[in-house]
Amino acid sequence: MSTRLDGRKKDDLRPIKIELGVVKSAAGSCYLEWGKNTVVATVHGPRPMFPKHLSNSQRAVVDYRYRMAPFSVSDRKSPVPGKRDKEISLVSGFALESVIMTEKFPNTVINVNTLILSADAGTRVAALTAASLACADAGLPMKGLVSAVAIGRANGDLIYDLTKDEEDAPDAVDTAIAITMPQKEIALLQMDGFVNKDDWKKMVSMGFSAAEKVYALQKNALLEKYPVNGDINE
Amino acid sequence: MSDILNLINAGSIKEKIKNGKREDNRGFEDFRDLEIKTSVLSSADGSAWVKLGKTEIVAGIKFAVGTPYPDSPDEGSMSLNLELTGISSPDFSTGPPQIDALEYGRVADRAIRSAEAIDFKKLSIVAGEKVFIIFVDCIAINADGNLIDATEIAALAALKNAKIPKLDEKNNIISKEYSDKKLELLNIPLSFTFEKIEGKIIVDPTESEEYASDARFSLGLVKDTVVSCQKSKNGVFTEEEIFTMVDISVNKYNEILKKIEALE
Repeated sequence: MSTRLDGRKKDDLRPIKIELGVVKSAAGSCYLEWGKNTVVATVHGPRPMFPKHLSNSQRAVVDYRYRMAPFSVSDRKSPVPGKRDKEISLVSGFALESVIMTEKFPNTVINVNTLILSADAGTRVAALTAASLACADAGLPMKGLVSAVAIGRANGDLIYDLTKDEEDAPDAVDTAIAITMPQKEIALLQMDGFVNKDDWKKMVSMGFSAAEKVYALQKNALLEKYPVNGDINE
Repeated sequence: MSDILNLINAGSIKEKIKNGKREDNRGFEDFRDLEIKTSVLSSADGSAWVKLGKTEIVAGIKFAVGTPYPDSPDEGSMSLNLELTGISSPDFSTGPPQIDALEYGRVADRAIRSAEAIDFKKLSIVAGEKVFIIFVDCIAINADGNLIDATEIAALAALKNAKIPKLDEKNNIISKEYSDKKLELLNIPLSFTFEKIEGKIIVDPTESEEYASDARFSLGLVKDTVVSCQKSKNGVFTEEEIFTMVDISVNKYNEILKKIEALE
């Protein structure tokens, strides 16, 4: 089996380190290292939403912000949010809304802020994975967690969790996928590349098994801070 | 429409879908009538007016001369923008910034980019110094759902229609004069957008169907090659549903492609 530049196998994730409750002023927070990615996520709310016309009379709205620190990439990034940041924020917020019981808090907003301090590909899935834990840390009522991961192709191989070097391969395909756990449904799916439909379907399926690995780490982190007796899935 | 009216209307749409029917009696996998006209605007370097049912999008191309990106000194570039303004829907006239327009525009842009539809090397004028930048501006004239697919079709039809401007000796564009060269499209990426209502998957949603749905999926395709995708809204899809939508899209690709190929 061919190994990758950093010695991983095709279905290995980079090392992931999770710490909960790192930001004291927030209702919930999470610090996450994923390979060379470093992310902080915080949750505030639910609280009344202003301006009011943005609120929803039936449920809470998740206002998710994906932000990259100016020093997180090789060329300094402008602190002004670009189109990419706004799009990622939008679809990541949707992904969280699919697991948070938003119907319990009509007319309110749940502010989820994520900050990429250091980036090495897969930042949107690292941020969403951290944000999902921050929501759980905040004690929000949730149907489950969102476990996110990138699946891709580089140099002819279908692989888990691409690094920036792998993302820059000439044949690179990048699929970001977020799965609701334990329900196993797709909450976020974005891709660009050029790949025949059968290989792409394989990548989506790989996303489910990769997300299981992320989920196991998320569960461990929660159990460490909030020990419970019995099965967490019950 | 207000929050409450949308909710009431969504209820009746859901009821119909449950019984296997759509408000306009289409099948779940049927597109609305598609009409494409090109060269509709004399001021643009290429243009298209697309009607997809009652949804209408106008796309106009403008070439500009600019400097290349440092990491691709011998390549031109393209920028696609979508405007959803008060002209096309009462819902766009007030309120928050156009996050929907930004998302739809980026999804349409991504498909063209990943499909490598445009040979950017051919847009180089002086390597490292001057390149053509193609601006694809799409504007909704009437919004009745599925703006992503309509925008994608309008953008491609306009690009296919575009003529490359003539340059003077200083490499500036000469207004209204064109070289003999047309912009060549290497691939035609098409977008297929689905909504999930009451557990059923429908293609080419109308605006009221969009209100009744809480999960959307858009797929960018070149024949049977996937070039982009976007899942949106706060609902979820199963793996099976995603695979089904890929297969439906692949089956539909030629039907839409024919309409674009028929354009001169």
